[in-house]
Amino acid sequence: MTAALPRASFDVLPIALVPLLALAAWPLVGSSSTWLTLTVAGLAMGMIVFIVASGLTLVFGLMDVLNFGHGVFIAFGAFIATSVLGGLADWTGADSLWLNLAALFPAMLAAMALAAALGWAFERVLVRPVYGQHLKQILITMGGMIIGEELIKAIWGPALIPLSLPQALRGVLALGDASVEKFRLLATGLGAVVLAAMLYTLNRTRLGLLVRAGVQDREMVESLGYPVRTLFVGVFVAGSALAGLGGSLWALYQQGVVPQIGAQLNVLIFIVIIIGGLGSTLGCFVGALLVGLLANYTGFLWPKVALFSNIGLMVAVLLWRPRGLYSVTTW
Amino acid sequence: MTDRLMDRLLSHDLPRSRALALLLAAVLLGLALTPFVFPGTQAMNVAAKVMVFIVLVASFDLLLGYTGIVSFAHTMFFGIGAYGIAIASTRLGPGWLALAVGVAAALAVSLLLSLLIGLFSLRVKAIFFAMITLAVASAFLTLASQLSDWTGGEDGLSFRLPEALSDRRASYYLLFGAALVLVLAMLRIVNSPFGRVLQAIRENDFRAEAIGYRTVVYRTLSNVLSALFATLAGCLLALWLRYNGPDTSLSFEIMLDVLLIVVIGGMGTVYGAVVGSLLFVLAQSQLQNLMALAAPLVGGVPLLSTLVSPERWLLWLGVLFVLSVYHFPNGIVGRLRARRTRQPVQQQKETP
Repeated sequence: MTAALPRASFDVLPIALVPLLALAAWPLVGSSSTWLTLTVAGLAMGMIVFIVASGLTLVFGLMDVLNFGHGVFIAFGAFIATSVLGGLADWTGADSLWLNLAALFPAMLAAMALAAALGWAFERVLVRPVYGQHLKQILITMGGMIIGEELIKAIWGPALIPLSLPQALRGVLALGDASVEKFRLLATGLGAVVLAAMLYTLNRTRLGLLVRAGVQDREMVESLGYPVRTLFVGVFVAGSALAGLGGSLWALYQQGVVPQIGAQLNVLIFIVIIIGGLGSTLGCFVGALLVGLLANYTGFLWPKVALFSNIGLMVAVLLWRPRGLYSVTTW
Repeated sequence: MTDRLMDRLLSHDLPRSRALALLLAAVLLGLALTPFVFPGTQAMNVAAKVMVFIVLVASFDLLLGYTGIVSFAHTMFFGIGAYGIAIASTRLGPGWLALAVGVAAALAVSLLLSLLIGLFSLRVKAIFFAMITLAVASAFLTLASQLSDWTGGEDGLSFRLPEALSDRRASYYLLFGAALVLVLAMLRIVNSPFGRVLQAIRENDFRAEAIGYRTVVYRTLSNVLSALFATLAGCLLALWLRYNGPDTSLSFEIMLDVLLIVVIGGMGTVYGAVVGSLLFVLAQSQLQNLMALAAPLVGGVPLLSTLVSPERWLLWLGVLFVLSVYHFPNGIVGRLRARRTRQPVQQQKETP
């Protein structure tokens, strides 16, 4: 009856950058075992950054809201996880993997749940009155960031809180000559699970279909009778929960938390979502991996350059594709 | 006669509120007389900080309030100015030549950098510019602390000034004169035809483009101008402190302070910068004492006592910031002016 629609062509070039970068770094690093260690470290960092940034980019794509206060959810999640792990110190210090995980997972769940609740309140109180007004959005969410950071300082104090990894996740795993930190493997695995769940939800469920349609053309979805506003609140809350999870992972990765963690990571995740193309989940993933890998390779090869690798990468990508790797918005 | 002179000086942009006019006159007089009225260096330091912030915040207002662009790289230009003076003075030794070279070099660097950032990222949405500037500013902060041969790294640079400025009062009045001239110059710019175009872009950029103004060019010019004024504010800061480091001029905290001041004082008014800076710096140095007084009153309540502790004053400023974005977007100056314009309307209603 109807002619088959032409298949949408998939742009493989940006995603191919990740293995290309890894391969290009191999001869430069020299030894294969060091290269493997660095690659796993880079992937782990990229995965954590992806978990943190994915919610932000979806929120932007769906509702044209850029949340400069996203860092608050990260910081909040990190502190909650730190508190829970501190309370379960007996379990994290025990020499049993299962007890360690039994402490780790409640900590992550608590971080996600409370960050989600905070995200809901944030959307309700701060973001909702300023839809469609970019200037006010930037100012309000930045104000939310300031308030959040001060509240964290009021609750947990301004100083750094050290956080040690659970006993079973300390140390390294020997893969041939290469040594890989156990926690990084866990972070990579967790990131892969989040990515899979996210891709499944976005591409295989009705909900995801609506979200993707909303990202492409909000007004059309709205005029078909779907409650885009409710959908958006859901995405905002889910994004906050992911930020909380990412924050708890980042705290473990850095083995300590400071109240400024949110502001520090904000810059990084902005760079990632600019590289990926504002609103694109896949772009965010590729951008996060590129940033993580590049940071680790340059950190090993030229430590001074590593401090500027992110911004260099962003400039290079924008010169190549001014709207980011995968651009979904039409401006 | 004096009225017309005043009108010319303020570029026909009068305070338009008696309370505001009185407040501004009081600030001017207070700053002019500080070295004589208040003894001690403490008062002069506070007054000098107020003046530097007035110039810095007014230059940010040029961008945020008049053109409607949010930049997070404003302290970068502030820092460039301060480092210009500091580096030139340490390299060339104390002297007027060093100061001139420092100011000129800082202005040149700021011009180039702001032009580049503007052309690179002002073509697209405001949000994109805000994010790019945030990234660039953080990279610059890292750069400044890494190039320790030039900038002194985290420790910063202490330097000496020419003999004539060794007297604190002399450098205070140099600062005072420069700040006054700079603020009047900015008032002149925003009330020129060019300034009107900027406001048109802020209100409706599509329409401004349709009328025939190249909005990209105007936005970039606004960005460059505000960067240059911020650079000069940085020069003033370095002149006063005779020291510069990353935390004094480049840190992100200062950027947030500037954002808070411009919104609370009143966006798009220039005078808001004056009122806001005064309140902010006074609050920074005095509010903590005040809150320390209030703290014992709520000492029994556990969470409340930490919330009103003097270290948490930024929290309340943040709340005030959010409230002012919602409820009085023109800030304190806007409130003062609104009261004046509302009164005649009420009188008209009563007369018939």
